[in-house]
This record gives sequence, C-alpha cells and structure tokens, in this order.
Amino acid sequence: MQNLSFGYSGSEPLLTDLSLTLQPGSFHFLTGPSGSGKTTFLRLCYADLLPSSGRMSAFGEDVATLDRDRIAALRRRVGVVHQDTQFLDHLPVAENIALPQIVAGQAVDMQSISDLLSWVQLSQASRALPPELSGGERQRAALARAVIMSPDVIIADEPTGNLDWDMSMRLLELLIELNHSGKSVLFATHDLNLIRAAKQHVQARVLRIAGRRLQLAGADL
Amino acid sequence: MTRRERTKLDLSSLWRGLTRPDNAGTDRVVPPTGFTAQLTVFAAAAMAFLAVFALALALATGRLAERWSSELAQSMTIRVSAPPEQIDDQTVTVMEVLKTTPGVASSRLLADPEVEKLLEPWFGPDVPVEALPVPRLIEVTENRDGLDAEALRLRLEGEAPGAVLDDHTGWRAPLVAAASRLRLLGLFSLVLIGAASAAMITLAAKASLAANGQVIKVLRLIGARDITIATAFVRRFTRRAAAGAALGTLLGMAAIWALPAVDEAGGFLTGLGFQGASWFWPLLIPVAAAAIGFAATRAAALRMLGEVR
Repeated sequence: MQNLSFGYSGSEPLLTDLSLTLQPGSFHFLTGPSGSGKTTFLRLCYADLLPSSGRMSAFGEDVATLDRDRIAALRRRVGVVHQDTQFLDHLPVAENIALPQIVAGQAVDMQSISDLLSWVQLSQASRALPPELSGGERQRAALARAVIMSPDVIIADEPTGNLDWDMSMRLLELLIELNHSGKSVLFATHDLNLIRAAKQHVQARVLRIAGRRLQLAGADL
Repeated sequence: MTRRERTKLDLSSLWRGLTRPDNAGTDRVVPPTGFTAQLTVFAAAAMAFLAVFALALALATGRLAERWSSELAQSMTIRVSAPPEQIDDQTVTVMEVLKTTPGVASSRLLADPEVEKLLEPWFGPDVPVEALPVPRLIEVTENRDGLDAEALRLRLEGEAPGAVLDDHTGWRAPLVAAASRLRLLGLFSLVLIGAASAAMITLAAKASLAANGQVIKVLRLIGARDITIATAFVRRFTRRAAAGAALGTLLGMAAIWALPAVDEAGGFLTGLGFQGASWFWPLLIPVAAAAIGFAATRAAALRMLGEVR
C-alpha cells in the first residue's frame, strides 16, 4: 500500500498516509490500542474496504480496479482468521473447513481436510457443528479453513483475543509453522507478551497504528 | 455492484449453474429452512392447482364461444303454432316454402320423440306430446351462401301465419359474448396467479436471503463468486417452485379428469376440461412456475449481493 488513507463515510479519516509492502514469507505483527483501526487496516488488505485515497495493491493488481469476481479470486489467495470466527453453523466443522474448496468448485480433498484437522488437533471434532466448539477450537478451525486453499498470505485479526495463554501459544505456533513453510503472516494483536514470545521463534516485524499512522515498533519489543 | 457485474449474473450463466450437476455440493452452503421450504412448495402447488382450473375454464369457454358462434350461426328453427285443425297444413306449407327459398341447404321436421326429448327437462319422461298443444319444430340449415332471414320471415307471415322463424341471434349473441368474457377472465386469472406466485416466491427468497445475510458475507470473505452464491439460492427456489407446481398441476389435472364426461350430463359445466392435445397445456404450468422462481430469486439475490462487498 502506498500513501493510503481511509475514513468511514461522514467521519474523520481513521488512517492516513499508510505505506507498507508485505514481502513473501514475512511475518508482521500489527498492534495498537482498541479503536486505532487495526481491523480496518486488515479489511483494506483483503479488499473488504477500499481506500479513500492512495493505492492498495495485492499480487501486483490495484485493488480499486478489481471487479467482484477478481476480488473473490484475491480472497482465495488470502486466508483470513477473524476474532469473531464466522462459520456456517449448519455444516459440520470438516465441511466448514472445506468451504473455500467447495465455493471454488474444486473437488474436496478429504485427505487434506483430515491432515488439517489433525494439524489443528480437531480430528475428534470433525463432525461437530461450530456452535458446539469452544473458543480455542473455533479459532483453530478458522485457521484450518484459512489455509485450506494454500494461500500466499494469512491475515489474523486478534485471533487470540478470547483465548487463554496456552491456547494463544498453540495458535501462534501454528501460524509460525505456516510462516516457516513460506506463507506471509499479518497478525493483529494487542498482547505484547505474545509478540515477545513469538520473536523467540520467528523473525517478525512489529507495526503499530498510532495517531492514524502506521509506525514500525521499536526495540522495546 | 456495477452494471457490468450484474450482467455476469445473466440468465445463461445462472441457467448453466442451475442445470449443471452440483458435484461440489455448493447447494449445502444455504442452510435448510424446513417449514419455510414446505410453505413455498405448498403455495406453489396451490397456485398451480388454481392455474389448471383457470386454464381449463379459458379453454372450455373458448371452445363454447367458438361452437356457439360458428355452428349455431348456420342453423335456424321455425316454430309452427296453430290450431290443431290447421297445424298440419301450415307445416306442409312451411316445408314447401323452404324448398323454394334460396340459401336453404336442408330442412327437417323434428319427429315427436325428438320434441319429447326437448321437453323432457320441463315435463319429465314419457310426456304425451300428441295430447299437448306443442308447436311443430322445423330445423333449417343454411348453405354457404346464407339465406335472407328477413325475407323468409315476411314470406312465412304471408303463407303460414302460425310460423315463426328463430335465427338464434337473440339468445346466441349474449351467450357468445359471455363465453368470450369468461375466456378473458380465465386468461386474466392465469396472469394473476402467475403474478401472485412471483410475488410469493420473491418474498420467500428475500426473506431467505435476508436471514442468510451472514452466510453470504462469510461466503464472499472466503472467496465465493457472486454466481456461485446466487446459483445456490436460485437453484433451491427454482426447484421448490417447480416441484410444488408439478404436484399442484397433477392434482388439478386429476380433478379435471374426474369431472363427469360431456355425454353423461350434457350440461354446460361438464364441458369444463381438456380435450385431446389441450391436455398438454397444463404441463407448461410447472415450467412457468420454475421460470418465475428463477427470475424472482435472481432479482432478490442481485439486490442482496449488492449490499455485500
């Protein structure tokens, strides 16, 4: 993104003059106080919002010029994990994880689903419905769904917000594993302890949104 | 959603999505709606049932109007009423007059049993026609050139004063008009049923799409194309409309089939039904219902998707 600004209609700009390039295989944390615009920033990244000014490019294409089908194609290359995990509650966990393949018209690879369930330690919950899962299980299921299409970028929006320390670390480990396999990760959190713990295992940059601008966090982390 | 993007949800794309087998199981992304689905099927069936009757009415009245206006227009009746000592002579005179009247293809004096049959609805069976002062009836059929009814009427007045010519126009014209009006009403009812079905399916589809706003949002976020989402909803509602309408049509056709045959009672209402190839017409009702479901759900899906990025 280059000199990107964004404001909701009728409101003051929330973000101004942001510039950032995510390199393949990089790991970024995004911090900032509540209401600073972290979620808005992430929504700009997966074209759920369009910038008010400036340029947002994804995989070499200006997001503002993409039609809805190409936005859909872009989102298949970006796996998103939300804080309030969103599932189709009438489908079992395994089918929810397979959803990106289903809507892309691809044959569902049951072996991949099984491997992913095992990876996020949810094999025993494959037939459960999402409302039957705990918060940690839902986040891990959301992560499995985010990576089923083998995306280039993983965006996680405060995925550990409602989790205890152990579960947060487990999720972080999964994201670090993905990063080590070559995926770019953008992880929004305000948990500085988690960031400190992560930096022992991964080369990560820490970005902070403050005063509507994006800053590179200092050595205190 | 731009105009160009709306055109991507054009009829041919949706039709391909609708007819292609759903191997990926995309339809399952739409949550089951249980009772609402049953209501949609029931409403489509009820509408189709009514549509069968409206169609039968339109076709039957069409046939009736055709028959009354064409067949009866070729025939006339002469009624001879005279004192008993003169009635035979006047009848013979009328028959002679008819033989020399241009435009008459044939004339026939109705025999007593035929007259008896005509009187049967009023006097019951075995009415002693010979004991009653019943007029003689002569059936006259015009040839292609047609006859001058007014000239014949004047001639009969002079030669057989008891003879009265009835060319049926007096009662035929309002009947033909009534039958034509009934046919129009039947067709109008069909249009109304179609419009009501479209309104009903649109409401059901809109309600379903609104209730599934979160589902649509999730699907967009994980990379579903508009056509994929719209097809899942359109397919479901089109099938429901078609299945309900097929059921209603079959029941309606069975009910029409079970009506008494024309020969059994001979009344007007017994002609209400399908004849020959017209039995194929009601089979178009499920097709029309599917088309209505398809168009109504597509419109609702377009509106809903326009609200989600």
